[in-house]
Order: sequence, then structure tokens, then C-alpha cells
Amino acid sequence: MVKLVIDNIPVEVENGATILEAAKKANIHIPTLCYFKELNEIGACRICVVEVKDNERLVAACNTKAEDGMVIFTNSPRVREARNVNIKLILSEHDCYCTTCVRSGTCRLQKVANDLNIFRNEYETRIERNKPHGDFPLVRDAGRCIKCMRCIQVCDKIQALRVWEVQNTGSRTTVAVKEHKKLWETDCSLCGQCITHCPTGALRERDDTQKVYRALADQNKITVVQFAPAVRTAWAESFGLDKEFATEKRMVAAAKALGFNYVFDTDFSADLTIMEEGSEFLDRLQNGGKLPLMTSCCPGWVRFLKGQYPEFTDNLSTAKSPQQMFGAVTKSYFAKMIGVRPENIFCVSVMPCTAKKHECSIENMNDACGDPDVDVSLTTREFARMLRADHVGVARLPECEFDSPLGAATGAGVIFGATGGVMEAALRSAYYLVTGENPDADAFSGVRGLDGWKEATYEIKGTKVRVAVVSGLKNTKKLMEALKAGDVSYDFIEVMACPGGCAGGGGQPIHDGEELAGERGKILYELDKNNTLRFSHENPEVQALYKDFLKKPLSHTAHHLLHTDHHAWEMTK
Amino acid sequence: MSRLSIPTPISAQGVIDEIYGDLVRRLQANPVSVCPVDMAAAFVGVCHSQSCGKCTPCRVGLGQLHKLIESVLDGDATESTLNLIEKTARVINATADCAIGYEAAQMVLRGLNGFREDYEAHLNGTCLCRFDKAVPCVSLCPANVDIPGYVSLVKEGRYQDAVRLIRKDNPFPSACALICEHPCESHCRRRLVDAAVNIRGLKRMAVDNAGDVPVPPCAPATGKKVAVIGGGPSGLTAAYFLSLMGHKVTVYEKRKFLGGMLRYGIPSYRLPREILEKEIETILSTGIDVKMGVDIGTDITFEEIRENFDATYIAIGAHTDNKLGIEGEDGNGVISAVEMLRMIGDGDMPDFSGKNIVVIGGGNVAMDCTRSSMRLGAKSVTCVYRRRREDMTAMPEEVEGAMAEDCDILELMTPEKIELDENGNVKALWVAPQMISNIKRGRPAPIRTEEPLRKLDCDMIIVAIGQAIESHHFANSGVQTKWGRIMADMKTIVSDHDGLFSGGDCVTGPASAIMAIAAGKTAAANIDHYLGFDSKISVDVEIPEPPIAPQPPCGRINLTERSAEERKHDFLLMENSMTLQQAYQEASRCLRCDKFGYGALKGGRIFKW
Repeated sequence: MVKLVIDNIPVEVENGATILEAAKKANIHIPTLCYFKELNEIGACRICVVEVKDNERLVAACNTKAEDGMVIFTNSPRVREARNVNIKLILSEHDCYCTTCVRSGTCRLQKVANDLNIFRNEYETRIERNKPHGDFPLVRDAGRCIKCMRCIQVCDKIQALRVWEVQNTGSRTTVAVKEHKKLWETDCSLCGQCITHCPTGALRERDDTQKVYRALADQNKITVVQFAPAVRTAWAESFGLDKEFATEKRMVAAAKALGFNYVFDTDFSADLTIMEEGSEFLDRLQNGGKLPLMTSCCPGWVRFLKGQYPEFTDNLSTAKSPQQMFGAVTKSYFAKMIGVRPENIFCVSVMPCTAKKHECSIENMNDACGDPDVDVSLTTREFARMLRADHVGVARLPECEFDSPLGAATGAGVIFGATGGVMEAALRSAYYLVTGENPDADAFSGVRGLDGWKEATYEIKGTKVRVAVVSGLKNTKKLMEALKAGDVSYDFIEVMACPGGCAGGGGQPIHDGEELAGERGKILYELDKNNTLRFSHENPEVQALYKDFLKKPLSHTAHHLLHTDHHAWEMTK
Repeated sequence: MSRLSIPTPISAQGVIDEIYGDLVRRLQANPVSVCPVDMAAAFVGVCHSQSCGKCTPCRVGLGQLHKLIESVLDGDATESTLNLIEKTARVINATADCAIGYEAAQMVLRGLNGFREDYEAHLNGTCLCRFDKAVPCVSLCPANVDIPGYVSLVKEGRYQDAVRLIRKDNPFPSACALICEHPCESHCRRRLVDAAVNIRGLKRMAVDNAGDVPVPPCAPATGKKVAVIGGGPSGLTAAYFLSLMGHKVTVYEKRKFLGGMLRYGIPSYRLPREILEKEIETILSTGIDVKMGVDIGTDITFEEIRENFDATYIAIGAHTDNKLGIEGEDGNGVISAVEMLRMIGDGDMPDFSGKNIVVIGGGNVAMDCTRSSMRLGAKSVTCVYRRRREDMTAMPEEVEGAMAEDCDILELMTPEKIELDENGNVKALWVAPQMISNIKRGRPAPIRTEEPLRKLDCDMIIVAIGQAIESHHFANSGVQTKWGRIMADMKTIVSDHDGLFSGGDCVTGPASAIMAIAAGKTAAANIDHYLGFDSKISVDVEIPEPPIAPQPPCGRINLTERSAEERKHDFLLMENSMTLQQAYQEASRCLRCDKFGYGALKGGRIFKW
């Protein structure tokens, strides 16, 4: 143990703890900016500096280890002066038009500067400008970048892609795309983790809300919106509502308030995905098809595979993701049901994801009528921004049910939003499809949890099924390398590009410095537990869809609408 | 009113002079890999502030140049901007009235040619430079030894760990502790504060105090066989790492002893034989086979080796001499530096008692011969060099050491002819006086003066004017050579010869031990890869956390030498080590670039290779 004194308060911490951690233990708050626990402890911004007695120079609290006998001051005159100057220097290179920034209110820089009582800056501003990245779903605004390097770190250490790197030297040092490429020329997975780890508005998703407003205003359009499982865990975070109040039914009401004609649930098409992907898995297992089968519902992962391991493309399930299945069913089955031309339906998805924006724009994702099956994919953040813009009083909304027929869902569908959820849901139904009876709904709970690489072996009617679940692309890379080297062998692999799965997705609301995949995932498992239906094959609306329209999983119609050719598009365009 | 006053420096001038001094040091230690265009802009800015302001080109032109280069950096420039920069600089260079202006313009012109591609990259809005050399000493060490790591271990007295850490990249810690040219120190960030850390001195501290440090265990045998031709630093380094990787290595050495130039080029007062032999013994303890006294081409053909091994590394060094090409050179008593140092290396000490010796040359080898001659009992030793003493390529401390040992340095003299007696023995060296003159290719060239030739009476002449490479056997076997050098690339790969690698002096020409070691390390990695493996060399040593603040400005501790009067009579190690107190202070001066600055972002450590 190490004993030290911070602001006259004695503190005792474990060996190896930083000054920042020691201060936290003593309930002393030291402002930080570039720091991100365990990811970026590089002492670059010099905002967290503190004074260590008898030391000529100030030290960064974030990456300096606490030492026995240290006497530290976190608010001495020298520290105040240093923070004041350093934050102003950072602001002098920052586009401070907070009024028109998507991160206003969640920006770490804004908070730190405000907290430090900065209301004027005597330094001349010099703002780096960059050309916009076309219409790629990931947008970088150099003028808002404070060179904290977090994006570089998350893309390297967590996602193993190294899309971002430091370029130039001296005063023109900046963050840029590797090898001087354009973003869309790289193998960026579009996971969006660089966005959720950016302290400012330098990185954001392409804003598609205006397209949605136009559709909502168009009298000739039937607007349909679907909500991904993980969105319900986070949609109201920016409104400060507590979890018990911010229910999925209230989310439905909020979408109705925006003017959508139909509010449906991606959980429904998640159940549908299980029917197709589960059947495909059994087919491959029983008839000697390409194994291991790899899930295809995460477009970040699909992009990663196509960029890094294209030789595994045929291992991907041909089943479309729930988002795309939903779009295809909406513009066929549902259009027919309500008697409108599919071209008149405007299909919006709200996703915890930035890669979904790319997925819905893939050219062959147009199987229902030739138009894109999903017209616009919004992130959870964009949805929340629309609610804010319309001043929807979410706190006063009564709850409202999802519309039918694409609104019913089982607990199996909802856990898609957490790592291991797709696998668990698939195994539940695969068991039923093989044995004709339901397993215990929690029989496959071994694949839950935040471990980056989980594996399990289950026996279904005498057949051993070896499964693996990974989340985060660095973990994925490890698995793929092990698979290539023949060190591991599986039948079925679930991959989610974002650590913890969609709950921690790159399109989710940002709480700087926090990783919330675990907490949000708990809500999903709660919803699963409380659902009377916990098996995808028991979803009554899915059953009706098969009975009235698709006939059976992997049928000709199902193949046409719900499956896709992953070879049909190129990564860079 | 007085008519005159004594000029006294004003205090502001004193301060700014000090800052100039600091700036010079700072520029000399300039971080590697910063953008040269950015630096050029800054330099023009400095030059502009030096202008007296009288003349147009300097007063206005330098400012415009500065702005133009800045516009290049901002990505606002086009090809025509570069043309304008060139034209402006050309005119300033041609028309400025004094050197303040024309030299500044000259610098810009040199940059425009010298790093044109950097200028052009900026036209496309990109910069070719990234600050990717996080730890200056590590990136400047050819073998990338973890210097901040072992310096911090020495500070804690963990000498064994320090040696193990060094051996991860360099199996010659003891040899390098004594004779490394320490390129690591040249850009040491501590130079921004005061002076470079005495890195070699601290390595010496580690090896002197570590005792026996066993080698790590070898990986399981791969069944692959590698031949290493030449048992010098490069060959033995490759052999060591390949052996650790599990390959079976056989080293072929032509001479009586292993060590190459470490033994046959460096006298034992700088690198004692027993230390070298012990180090080689440690390297061989990884299970390397050695075939001594085998000359490839005489005793066994290169083709036989190629047939019997899965891969071959040629590291034969540069062991033949260059000739002066003057009259009398074939007389008795004229020997080459290589011959002399080889005799000493083999233990056949020549007796120079009572003789007057002349050494020709100005490099480190010339100094080695000069100082060895004195130790062999010579009555007088004179080193003749055609340029000035400060132009010698030998390290200044070598030259000073020789002078302290009563050797003469006769500068500005070119050997003209050797006078022999009737028996063909050396009688005198005739030299032609020179004066230093115009600078050619960066070095001032000597020219003959009108003074008459001078005669230097002597009994022996040692010619130390560079070494050459004996590579004809390999050339005859189809290996491409140029001026005797074996043609291998930066990966030590010899093209058109499957599984053939080469490195060290025989590829680069005479260089340093650490360059040869680095080539051996590179060869080991690439041979392993060629053999179809991905073996990793690593070490499990925990590196101490840095203190929150380094030593405040503090003088560098240099290693002392035994007194000249004492050391000039023997071949015992002349350099003293540090005391514990000295080593602690010196190690505390390290700024720990592995943890601070860019090292904090990029990680200042290569854990395995």
C-alpha cells in the first residue's frame, strides 16, 4: 500500500495506483480531458496536472503513479494557472461553435472549460480545416479535434484496425486516416467506437435526420420505423430519465410523437433471423455445408471480415441482418397487407450502430421492390436529437404498444443487443428444431457476459455443437488468426464488432469516459426474463408470416427476401 | 565627454548568448523524423531575424520565403509556389550583400533539392513525416537495444536484469560496453537539458557488476541447419539468435580465434581478450558449432556449404588492407594496420623496442596502431595525417589519448615516398606539407604548399588507410559484388540466391561493431522467416517506473582513464568504470523517453522481435 496526502487529506491506495485514482478514493475530483481509463493514459492535454510538493514541475495525475509520502495539491495557484492556460491553448485550436455541435452537452472539452470558469480567451484562434469525407457514414471535423489520440487508441488497441494515425509533426501534428487515404478507401469497419470515445464533436455519424423529416412531411409516404433491441436500453439517457421510466413502450410513444405512421420492433425480425439463420446452421451441420457458420447480423463485423479475412466470406450466414430482414418484409408482406405500393413506404431504422448506415445502402439490399429495403438508418443519438428538436416531452408521454404485425417479439429477439445474445437465441430454437421440444430457456446462458472471447460446447440430440462468441474486433482478430492457424475449431461463431455487443454500439448515446455495454445489456436480459415468450419460433407474428407468406424457413421467398450474397459488393467505393 | 569607452557586454547579450548555446545543443539533438520543410521554415525565420535590414533581398526576401514555405506547409501551395521559392532564394543568394542573406538563401536551396519529395507531398496536403521515433536512443541504436530499460535497471542495481535485457537485442553487451561508438547518445533528449546520458558508461556498469548471466534456453530444435561464414560480431550475433530460435548453427572461422575485428581490429587495452573470450563463450553456450581455421574457397567450397545447409549467412568482414601506392611501399618494415593488429590478435606481439614508428592515417584504426606501437615499446610514434587534427575521423578522445601517451600527431602532411636503405629496410618517410583549403563534399580538402618535402626518419611504417573485403571466392561462385562488397539489401538478403544472406562490414564496408551486430540480428530474423518460422526473441524483465522528475540540470559523468604514463606501457584495459554513486547519478539523468513524451502514446518498448 502507498500512503500519501492529497489536498491535506491522507489517502491510502494500492501500489501502482495513479494520483488520479488516489484522488478519486479521497473524493477529490481532478479534471481530465484526453484521459480514458485503461485506453488512453498518455498525459497529452495536461489538464489533469497537479502539484507534488518539492517538485519544480507539475505532473499529470492520470499517468503518474502515487508514491509513498507524496504531498499533492490539486488546486494550488500554480495548478489553477496551468489548467487555465492549457485549456485556453486547446480552445484556441478548437472550433468553439458549441451551439451547432452534436456533442454540445456531452462534450468533455465543453464541460472542462465551463467548469474551469473560462469565459474569455486571450489567445488567437487557429483552427485546422479539413475537407468533408463525402457521404461516408463516419465524419471527421478536424476543427473540433483536440488531438487527444483516443480514436487512434480505440481503433488500434480495441478494434485492431488502425484506421486513424498521427500525421505530420510539430504545430501541424494531427490525426488522419492511415496511409494518407480517404476514409472510404480504408478497411474501416464503421463500428463507430472512435465516435463514442471522442471527447468532442470531432468525430460523428453522418446526420440523416433531415431525410427522415422530409419523409415525415411527405403526404404520400407511409413512414415505418423499427427499433433495434439495444436502442431501448439507451434511447432516453440524454433526457435524464431513470431506467424504470424509460421503457420501450415509452420509446414507441416518442416515435409516434415524431409522426411515424407505424412503429415496429427489430426484435420481431431478430426472431425471424433466428428462424432463417438457425435453419441454415442446422442445414450446414447436417448436410456438410461450410462451417463454422458465422453470424452476419453485425455489419461492422461483416465489413471487418470483408476487409481483413475475405477468404471467410462463405462462412458468413447468408441470412440478412434483422434490420434488413425487417425492411424486406415491410416492403413486401406488410405493404401487401395494408394495400400500398412498397415504393410509398419509407422505412427508417433506429440502430445503436453507425455501420448500419452503410449496410442499408448496399446496392443489393433492395430485394422487396427495387428500392432500398431500409431507406434511412438513424443512430440512437440521432433519434434522441430528433426528439429534442421536436421538444417531445418524453417525461410526460404515456406508454404505447408497438404496432402489429411487425411489433411482436420474444425474449430471444431482444437479447440480440448483447454479446452472446444471437448465439443464445439461435441455440434455443435450434434445439427445438432438432428435438421438437423446447430446452430450458436459460440452458445456454453460458455464452452471456462481457468476456471478449467466450466458448462453449452443447449437445443437441447427441450432436456436439462447439460455439464461440466474440465481441470487439481485436478479440475477433485473435479468434480469426487462431481459426486460420487451426488452433481452434468451432461449428458456430457469433461476432459483434463493438465490445459488449450492440448495447455498447458506436451509435449509442455518449457518456464520456464510461463504458456502458454491461449495464445496458442487463436491461436486455431483464426484458428476456420477463417476456412470456422466450423462443423465436414461438413469436406469433413470425409464425403468421411464415404461414401466410414465406411458407417455411429457407423457402424460395425467404431466400429471395431474407438472404443475401455477401460477395456482391466491394469494401471500398 | 570621453572619446572612447571599453565595450562591456550588456546583460541582455549575455543571456541571449547563453540561449544561442542552448539552441545549438537543441538543434544538434533535433528529434529524428520531424518534418524537414517545417524545420526549413523555422530556420528561415531565425535567419530573417538576424538581418541588419539594409539590403532588400535579405530584409524583405527572407520574410517572403518564410511565408511561402509556410503556405506550402498549410497545403495552400502549388508547383508554381515551389518555383517562386526557388527563384526568390536564387536571387537572394546571388544578390544579398553579406552572408546573413546569401547563406540563408543557400540553405533554402539545399533543402529544396535535398528534400524535394517532402515539399511536393505538402502540395497534396500530406506530410511524409510522422514522429514515429518515440525513443531517440533506441531508434538510433542500430540494434534497437532497450536503453531506457537498462539504464533504469542499472540505477536500481539490477545488473543481471540489465544484461539480460541488452542481450534480447545484442549478444555483445560487454564488448559494446567498452568499444561501442554509441550512436544512441547523439540525439539523446537529455541534450536539450545539458548533455547526453553516458549510455555506454552505464552499460559498462551493468556488465562489470552482473557476474555470470546465463543465456536463456533455446527453443525446441527445428531440425534446420544454418551456416554462418565468419565468426565476428555479425556472424556470432546471427548465430546466437538463430540458435535461441532452435536452429542448428555452424560458424566457419578462417583465423585462429573468434571475434573478428573485435579481436583483430581492436587492441586489448580497449577490449581485453579475456572479456571478449568470455562473451564469445557465453554466445557459444547456446549450442553453436564452430569450425576454426577453415577458409571458404581453400578448405571447403562455398557450394559445399550451400548444399549442406538450409540457409547461409556471409559475414566475413573487411580484413584486407588498402595500399598507399607510393615508392618504397614494399620495403621491409612497411606493414599494414590489418597485419599489425592481426599479429597482436593472434598473440604474436611484435617487438618495437627502441624503434621509431610512423603511422599513416587519421581514423580510429590509425589511432589503435599508434597507441599499440607505443605499448610495444617504441622509442617514438608519429601519426601522419594529411588534413588537420580536427578533421581526423578518429574519435577525439582517441586522438587526445594518443597524444597524452606521448605519441605525436603530425597534421597536414601527405606521404610522398618511402626511403629504403641498401637492404631494402625502411629508412625514412618523406612527406609533403599541406594546407587546408576549400571545402569539397562537406570536408575541407588539403592542398600542397610551396614548402619543401620533409623527411621523417623511422624504422617502421604502419599504413592505416582503410580496409577492403576479400570476397572473390564468393564472387566466383556467382554472388554479386561491387568494389569487393557483397551486394545484400537492408534485410541482409542476397538477391538471386535462395537462402543466402549477408551483412556486416563485408556488405557496408568498414563500419562499427554495433552496425555489424544489428546486421546479424536482422539476418537471424529474416533467416528464421525464410526457414518458415515466426520465432520470437523476448525477455521477461520488469522495467522500473520512472521517477516523477528526472535529475535537475547536472553534468555528465565521463569515464576516466588510467594515467597516460602508466597505461602506455601495457595492454591492460585503460578505461575506468563508474563508482556506484556516479552510476546512480548518471542513470538518474535519463529522461525516460520510454514513458514520457511520445513514448507515453506509442509505448516506448519493443517487447519482442
